[in-house]
Amino acid sequence: MEPTLNRPLRRSFVKGLLGTTSFWMASGNASWTAALAAEAAQPYLPTFFDAMEYRFIEAASERLFPVDDNGPGAKALGVAEFIDRQMQTPYARGENWYMSGPFQQGPANLGYQLPFVPRDLYRKGIAGVEHYTRQHYGKGFADLPPVQQDEILTALEGGSVQLDEVPGRVFFEQLRTNTLEGAFADPLYGGNRGLGGWTMLGFPGARADFMDWVNQEGAPYPLAPVSISGETA
Amino acid sequence: MGRTHVDAVIVGAGWAGSIMAKELTEAGLSVIMLERGPERTTPVEGAYPESIDELRGAVRKRLFQNLSQSTVTIRNTMDQTALPYRQLAAFLPGEGVGGAGLHWSGVHFRVAPEDLRLRSSVIERYGEKFIPEGMNLQDYGVTYEELEPFFDKAEKVFGTSGEAYKVQGKIVGNGNVFSPDRSDNFPLPAMKDTFSASIFRDAAKNAGYHPYALPAANASRQYTNTYGCQMGPCNFCGYCSGYDCYLYSKASPNVNILPALRQDPGFTLIPNAHVLRVDLDSTKTKATGVTYLDTKTRKETSLSADLVILGAFQFNNVHLMLVSGIGKPYDPVSNTGTVGRNFVYQTITSSRVWLPSSTYTNQFVGAGGAGVAIDDFNSMNFDHGPLGFVGGSPVWVNQAGVKPIAAAIGAGGGGTPRWGSAYKNALINTYKHSLGIDAHGSNMAYRDVYLDLDPTWKDVYGQPLLRMTFTWKDNDIRMNQYVVSRIEPIARAMGATKMNLVHLNAGQPFDTRNYQTTHLGGGAIMGDNPQTSALNRYLQSWDVSNVFVIGSNAFPQGMGYNPTGMVAALAYWAAHHIRTTYLKSPGPLVKA
Repeated sequence: MEPTLNRPLRRSFVKGLLGTTSFWMASGNASWTAALAAEAAQPYLPTFFDAMEYRFIEAASERLFPVDDNGPGAKALGVAEFIDRQMQTPYARGENWYMSGPFQQGPANLGYQLPFVPRDLYRKGIAGVEHYTRQHYGKGFADLPPVQQDEILTALEGGSVQLDEVPGRVFFEQLRTNTLEGAFADPLYGGNRGLGGWTMLGFPGARADFMDWVNQEGAPYPLAPVSISGETA
Repeated sequence: MGRTHVDAVIVGAGWAGSIMAKELTEAGLSVIMLERGPERTTPVEGAYPESIDELRGAVRKRLFQNLSQSTVTIRNTMDQTALPYRQLAAFLPGEGVGGAGLHWSGVHFRVAPEDLRLRSSVIERYGEKFIPEGMNLQDYGVTYEELEPFFDKAEKVFGTSGEAYKVQGKIVGNGNVFSPDRSDNFPLPAMKDTFSASIFRDAAKNAGYHPYALPAANASRQYTNTYGCQMGPCNFCGYCSGYDCYLYSKASPNVNILPALRQDPGFTLIPNAHVLRVDLDSTKTKATGVTYLDTKTRKETSLSADLVILGAFQFNNVHLMLVSGIGKPYDPVSNTGTVGRNFVYQTITSSRVWLPSSTYTNQFVGAGGAGVAIDDFNSMNFDHGPLGFVGGSPVWVNQAGVKPIAAAIGAGGGGTPRWGSAYKNALINTYKHSLGIDAHGSNMAYRDVYLDLDPTWKDVYGQPLLRMTFTWKDNDIRMNQYVVSRIEPIARAMGATKMNLVHLNAGQPFDTRNYQTTHLGGGAIMGDNPQTSALNRYLQSWDVSNVFVIGSNAFPQGMGYNPTGMVAALAYWAAHHIRTTYLKSPGPLVKA
């Protein structure tokens, strides 16, 4: 089930509340709030990816969207958690894609023609990259230094690597797209932690009322972002 | 048990269907409107803040067609095998009550009068030889003067904001100098210029062009329309395109027509009803009703009707005609038949201009229909003689509200990094300090660009998918390149520190993977000759006279303007002639 504002995953709900003064004022129960805070601080346990796959997602997404002077990277933003949670949604099962055969390949500009939904692309893609990495570098992807991880990602993006059934480029684009979604989607879905993605971009989130800023002659918008659940940066 | 009988059945609950339903119930007819998608209303689906969730909305495509049920196949040329459009990308048809009219942006144009008689106009000025071999250039068979009352009527229903140039022969304001005379002003004043639009306006004016505020079906003030439906003022939240407006500010069938229509006892709306075919009698010249599938119960139902209105999305109208046997399918080899002929699109390219880092464009601020445009290179407004192409393109800054996921996925490329720290730098700089300028151009029709039924792939209902054969042609590529070249001096005058002028390239095939526009057209076009048009000038099938087909499917070529205003005017035009002439004496409104 996808989280929504009315039906959030419990953990994100707790995280959202912890940032609001009304929660602290209203609860008045020290032990309960402490327990919730402890739960919120626990590391996320993936439900789709196994431990190796999850380490891969964490490592690769951080290279795609690294921490730097601009601000947090994929790891700090919770991108891996976001992608794992997305794997439990209709999107990951390809429920809005036309998935009837025959599956015939054609020119790239006629679009995606593989029989795989996102879940398949991750399962097959990660296994393929791990196999390729062990063959060429003698270690798993997550255990390589960033320079070599970047080499591998560059090769995937450039289309020079075929990962068994999945073209490297297809897997790369899937991972890049979901990584960026995780960096910039509402925190409701587990990524964009602390609104770090939006803060970097200067996107005000769910404010959705700019009557006073239609034209301020190029001055920056003054307010920091707010999330759908009311969390502020 | 006999079939349920109704005076009129309407396929599709978007703008075309809702306008027709309103008009026909006003005429006293009993009307059933069938919509294959779900019910959608502002207080439920459009409510803030969930409605402005980018991931759930534009990214996971909440309001768009679910391709798992039905899609199209696409190829560039007739010698290729068309392949299924498996993931939404290049174009985004709507699904559910409101159709694409729920998630559209709101740019609400009339038409450039000469676009309605483009073939005649080109021949008058440049001679018949100016038209390239294989281009099916045609007139609509209707004039601007005939349509004007219906453009006016639609604007008063949509609550359109804009600035007029000429009303009843008098210059009244700072509107588009190329626009034709109007019987009345816009119902609401123009939307404010965003910062990016304001500097485009100044630069374009200084360069000698004629900037004007885009006509927007986003309410600049509170408004009560012809039907008593209310709109609130737009606050530039930036969630028009791809979303349902939480403020009741963007016109949609759901906000501007259905609240009144739902009160009418003669009107019934049935959602989750996928129409499989229009049923014809044995002569194939009369429709007896339609057969639809309840997508929840999988039960098939046939309705009997005197009048059948197809008001589905452009290509779904063509598909229904083909699977039902209405009219003769187009064959590009023998150049016979009309259904599927003149399938067209638009040539849209977006260029980018970067401003100094002290200047913030705040691209998240916006409204789908707001902006500033120039028409100096649209339609027949400039001399095509030395340029040697047909068609044209408005140029505009239409800051509709840029969301972060879309910005991030689209950033990089063209030789710049698409990931890593350098990408992050560029993304942030681009998001904060740049703006887009679009060339939103026409697309001509060609003999070998058309729609038919695919021989291989089927939808979940077992019917063949519609097949598109489409690519960019030299005439349209050169038009786009010329117009984009005119953007450069404007961008310089805006104070650009950097620019990326994007245009189509010679020989570039149509690419289904990147969003371009949902402004598809043609395939069942209107005209004055049953040999070259599927519909007469009242959008009535030449072959089955109790079927009217309303939508951009009627456009003989793709125009530079956004299509919704023209679709709405054509719907009111067709409805007017059904009410005043057809109902009194059902039959062909034009003798073939």
